[in-house]
Amino acid sequence: MEQNLFDQLKELLSYSFILRSLAAGILIALCASLLGVILVLKRYSMIGDGLSHVGFGALAVAAAMNAAPLQVAIPVVVIAAFFLLRISESGKLKGDAAIALISSGSLAIGVMVVSVTSGMNTDLMNYLFGSILAISRSDLLLSAGLCLIVLILYLCFYNKLFAVTFDETFARATGIKAGFYNMLIAFLTAITVVLGMRMVGALLISSLIIFPSLTAMRLCKRFRTVVIASAVISVGCFLVGMFASYRYNTPAGATIVVCNLILFALFSIIGLFVRRS
Amino acid sequence: MALITCNEVSLAYEGKTVASNITFSIEEGDYLCIVGENGSGKSTLIKGLLGLKQPSSGSILPGDGLKQNQIGYLPQQTPIQRDFPATVYEVVLSGCLNRCGLRPFYRKNEKQLAQRNMERLGILPIASRCYRELSGGQQQRVLLARALCATRKLLLLDEPAAGLDPIVTSELYDLVQTVNREDHISIVMVSHDIKSAVSHASHILHLAHTPLFFGTTGDYLKSEPGRLFLGGPHGTESL
Repeated sequence: MEQNLFDQLKELLSYSFILRSLAAGILIALCASLLGVILVLKRYSMIGDGLSHVGFGALAVAAAMNAAPLQVAIPVVVIAAFFLLRISESGKLKGDAAIALISSGSLAIGVMVVSVTSGMNTDLMNYLFGSILAISRSDLLLSAGLCLIVLILYLCFYNKLFAVTFDETFARATGIKAGFYNMLIAFLTAITVVLGMRMVGALLISSLIIFPSLTAMRLCKRFRTVVIASAVISVGCFLVGMFASYRYNTPAGATIVVCNLILFALFSIIGLFVRRS
Repeated sequence: MALITCNEVSLAYEGKTVASNITFSIEEGDYLCIVGENGSGKSTLIKGLLGLKQPSSGSILPGDGLKQNQIGYLPQQTPIQRDFPATVYEVVLSGCLNRCGLRPFYRKNEKQLAQRNMERLGILPIASRCYRELSGGQQQRVLLARALCATRKLLLLDEPAAGLDPIVTSELYDLVQTVNREDHISIVMVSHDIKSAVSHASHILHLAHTPLFFGTTGDYLKSEPGRLFLGGPHGTESL
């Protein structure tokens, strides 16, 4: 009963809910990979990870109060992002320890709220492990709008973001408002993390941010090439992962991350050979 | 009117004063070298002049219409830059950013400026090479080209010769001198290479937490701290 690939692809694209989730997924994958380049180079990767746990806590509380999940989670995560940024900048508290504290703390609160109220409902499970296929029409519009905002801001401030990432001291010294751009990065990351939770789940969203840019950096040596390659890798892995999850009946989020992992290993090996020759 | 006037400035790190009672000014066209032992507050003073650090007392005032975006800066290298995937051209061009204001992209004349400064430092042939693959000396030249792109009135250099071999070091000093004389850009350089400092600079500020000396290089050579620092009462003769 082995269908051929092409027929299966055609069948997949005939469902409107799949088209909807593909559209949302491509946009989120694009945002995550673009921001990922900056976060990895600024040594902020762990902030993305911490934010996903804060996001889960916020969603649990939203579910308990019967409130709209995204509308509650986004402001909470944005505030947490500014807070985490402030911690890692001030250097008084150990940044990594503080992030671990906040992320496990909000995860614990989330689990407590869930157990006291309704128990694990499907909506919450969806956010923990990702359910891109369950995305509703209104969610799609909100996600698409926010993704477009992230993309436009990223493009408008591309040169400034590069300067602030490469050398913040120099940028500050020559009159660039580095503090503002750091806030912008934190803000965009917060939005991307919450939206990405729908796709691969709170537990895996940071891999969506980190993998594509790390993969691109194995081979690319130019900042702009790294950004473009990371976007292409991210969207490619998303599409391949979605199709593979349909064909082999595996969870979409995890399959996408495994695709990213395989590509990363491949690029690392090629990178080793390129460097040796 | 001076470009920057420091009046009774004290600078502190987490409540601990590292430099105090600093009073001096930088005039247009000056070439000031800040010398002194390690940990005497030289780099902290540079951060103060750049506005990255607020003085704990006293004042650092810009004059002559000097704006933050007319200053170029060559920082000491930080580890984060060493594995950054960016080409030489991208790094140099980012020095032009303070001319952009809110405009998101670079204009043609800014790209030409980056080209000119790369040519000047002899790094045009490696413009598309990756910054992280360059030698320490080449990286320093890239950062200097970037600093020159940002400079319109004042250039601050923090230990520019650190980790460079003697030939590259003397090329670098010559270039800074050219920038000072031909482009009429004021220079502030932190250095512990006292011999080169006195042979290039017009003014010397000798710091040991408090200023031991501030004045012209000629006066410094005759002064007590200058003679001691250069190696005894006969130190100046060997120049």
